[in-house]
Amino acid sequence: MTEQRLPPVTQLGMLSLALIVAGGIYLSANIPGDVPLAPAVILLVLSALLLAGNLLALSRVPGFPWRRFFEVARWALLAYAITAGLIEFAFLRNDLSGGPLVVLTLSLVVYAVHVPMLIGFTVARYQETT
Amino acid sequence: MADVVSIGRTGREEAVPPAAPRIPDFQIVPRKGLIGAAAVLVLLVVAMSVDELWPLMFLHVAFGAAWTIVDLFLGLVLGPILGSMPVPARIELTTRLMPKMLIIMPVVVTVTLAAGWQLGMHLGTVYSAYPDHDWLVASYIVVGVMAIIALGLLEPANVAVLVELKKPKPNPAVIEHLMKRFIYSAGIIGAMQVATLVIMTKLASG
Repeated sequence: MTEQRLPPVTQLGMLSLALIVAGGIYLSANIPGDVPLAPAVILLVLSALLLAGNLLALSRVPGFPWRRFFEVARWALLAYAITAGLIEFAFLRNDLSGGPLVVLTLSLVVYAVHVPMLIGFTVARYQETT
Repeated sequence: MADVVSIGRTGREEAVPPAAPRIPDFQIVPRKGLIGAAAVLVLLVVAMSVDELWPLMFLHVAFGAAWTIVDLFLGLVLGPILGSMPVPARIELTTRLMPKMLIIMPVVVTVTLAAGWQLGMHLGTVYSAYPDHDWLVASYIVVGVMAIIALGLLEPANVAVLVELKKPKPNPAVIEHLMKRFIYSAGIIGAMQVATLVIMTKLASG
């Protein structure tokens, strides 16, 4: 199996997911109390930076099969946007508002983009073997 | 079956050139399954909207049980069997099982978590004043770790192996690599489901 030298997209993606999961647990573990948002915001920002870094690193890979990547990632994006929408519905249904809603919604955006990216990347990295 | 090479197992059978395993026609995402998935998600939205105890309890318990059992079975029983099967048999099973898993598992997980959250709000168990709140937070952590493994490793491997099998000339080494990743991830998640069982039975017992 020949493999192109690639950035650690999967590892960074999993770390990014771990950060937003940690933020989500922090907020949901303290319902209904007023907890400082700062830890969740920091985790979200770090997670978003990892997502941006991942995209940037991947964009610099010469000859990366973007066509195959988007072919898969767009459908995954649709699927994960639906699941993110359902989770968002759960937040709204329970009158979540203000800062926690913003943090959790942005966390869902990171989730709904990063997971399809990981799926698209995992598929595309083996494109050369056809 | 004598000419079958078990890729990645012993490597000694390579003296006999392997016949290319036959790959059955399959859909990576079974279209019919999407209808069922959509119907279940509509049920979830309705149950959350009406916020009645029984529908929420039903969805959380039924889909949570399915999630736990499927993970345990796949991770601890079927996974190791799959890993030890000869390549043609593995391909036959993979092309039948994995497309279904691609639809079933995200739906099962989403319904379990969303209905569970709504149920927790309904019963007041998600509030920090709940006596067993620490156990609940432990369940968040277990689910969180399982989600990271499933979303970061298992799901991408599942899709990638199916895409590879759809190619005119699939690379056995790629399939082997991805299947290993899938089987190990499923094994870890299966083991973690034991923790879920412990926590959920503790919460249900009070």
